[in-house]
Amino acid sequence: MLRILGILALLSPLAVRATDAAAITRQGNGKGAAPCMACHGVDGGGMAVNGYPRLAGLDAAYLRQQLDDFASGARANPVMQPNASALSGDERAALAKYYSALPLPARPAAPPAAKPDADGERLATRGDWSRALPACVQCHGPGGVGVGANFPPLAGQSAAYITSQLRAWQRGVRRNDPLQLMQHVARQLSPQEIQAVAGWFAAQPLPAKGSAP
Amino acid sequence: MKHPAIALLGTLALAACSQQAPEAPAAAGAPQAAQAAPKRAAAPAFTPPPESAIPPGPLGDEIRLGRAIFTDTPEHARDYVGNGLNCSNCHLDAGRLANSAPLWGAWGMYPQYRKKNGRVNSFGERLQGCFRYSMNGKAPPLDGDVIVALESYAWWMSRGAPNGVKLAGAGYPKQGFRPPQPPDYARGAAVYAKNCALCHGADGQGQQVDGRNVFPPLWGPQSFNWGAGMHELDNAAAFIKANMPLSRGGTLSDQDAWDVAMYMDAHERPQDPRYAGDVAATRAKYHDTPMSLYGTTVNGHLLGSGASK
Repeated sequence: MLRILGILALLSPLAVRATDAAAITRQGNGKGAAPCMACHGVDGGGMAVNGYPRLAGLDAAYLRQQLDDFASGARANPVMQPNASALSGDERAALAKYYSALPLPARPAAPPAAKPDADGERLATRGDWSRALPACVQCHGPGGVGVGANFPPLAGQSAAYITSQLRAWQRGVRRNDPLQLMQHVARQLSPQEIQAVAGWFAAQPLPAKGSAP
Repeated sequence: MKHPAIALLGTLALAACSQQAPEAPAAAGAPQAAQAAPKRAAAPAFTPPPESAIPPGPLGDEIRLGRAIFTDTPEHARDYVGNGLNCSNCHLDAGRLANSAPLWGAWGMYPQYRKKNGRVNSFGERLQGCFRYSMNGKAPPLDGDVIVALESYAWWMSRGAPNGVKLAGAGYPKQGFRPPQPPDYARGAAVYAKNCALCHGADGQGQQVDGRNVFPPLWGPQSFNWGAGMHELDNAAAFIKANMPLSRGGTLSDQDAWDVAMYMDAHERPQDPRYAGDVAATRAKYHDTPMSLYGTTVNGHLLGSGASK
């Protein structure tokens, strides 16, 4: 799949303007960055089942930081690292701005869980202070809609993606969280709790507004 | 056990608005067992019941309302708040967390003489102070739903705790807590930028979603006013040391906690509702302590004079 994308990228016009983010999402940038929409969807809603996250409506500064971190290796990911490295600073800035302005997808990234997990809801909305665990929503906003440049939305995000990130923090594979807040949080969670809280957030509705708060 | 308990009560009767723990262990961690000592018994530990234990029926409804007021104060006590803070911003885990001034640590210690207003206060009157100062609002009536619901929540949470006994984890751990060096604004600014701005904003105004605080403002017009306990350095430093950054309590050094407390408390905020005509008179009457920066000049600005910073 990646090889096909790579060939497509090479065949695309070499003169892709650095600031044409929409074109990069469709065609790649002709310098090794694949078309973003191949994994992140035409509407930027991601591909929940594969764990490819929604980007639409996320904070632009957050998206820019993640792309920079992929490129520098501060955030490890075998698919994103070469793609982000192949983007120039201007291209990363343009893509971050482009995705942040996309309207939220019409439907949630994952269908609501048939039986919402009480443990997931409890951790998300109450936390567990016997383990110094705040409720996730204390930082990620009511219902997990996200706040500011450092606390991305979890509402309607792919459960597989949330799960993979919590595991990555837990194992120290992902380390670009400011003040190591997420690494400490993740280390307190059991595998069942990770799945429960990821599933709860995946089922939360996206905010009604078309753009990020 | 009688004499140490009476000594505790006597000491506490003279305590200021936040609950000091003169006999409590110095450690800020959650104490699990009271240690027996030949001369002085450690303060007993207490764990509040789980939220799921709130009973059904009208009493349970009132308790749940109290919890709702506590965790979303502007929504549920709209007529009495002057800012967007929640009680739970400074009393963590919905008022349950040890060393974060939990409700169960205060309930059994009232009625209590308070130096702040020079008389014996009921628990309800203590709560009125929270609205007047920390919430920069006005006192709800003692027999109204807001106070009764909050009292119900505090009472329920304290069930089983010995009445009139200082509990381990009550208040903020400020007894004997002093900085190695005098607190410094510039050092505090550096601590703030590194550890606090992520959530509370570089400008200290917090972060909001749809007009509601996710992270509360620490100074300025939307924060607690000059009458609130958190404006005093020892209260702020002890709270910060034990509880901040959120989920990483106990990770700042003592010095860093004091420096950043001073930085926070050296910014302007709404006027003390007891304002006595001018700043100097108000300081003399209500803020005559080294723990209050009200009426002092920091970076060329007279704190309490209301000029924007």
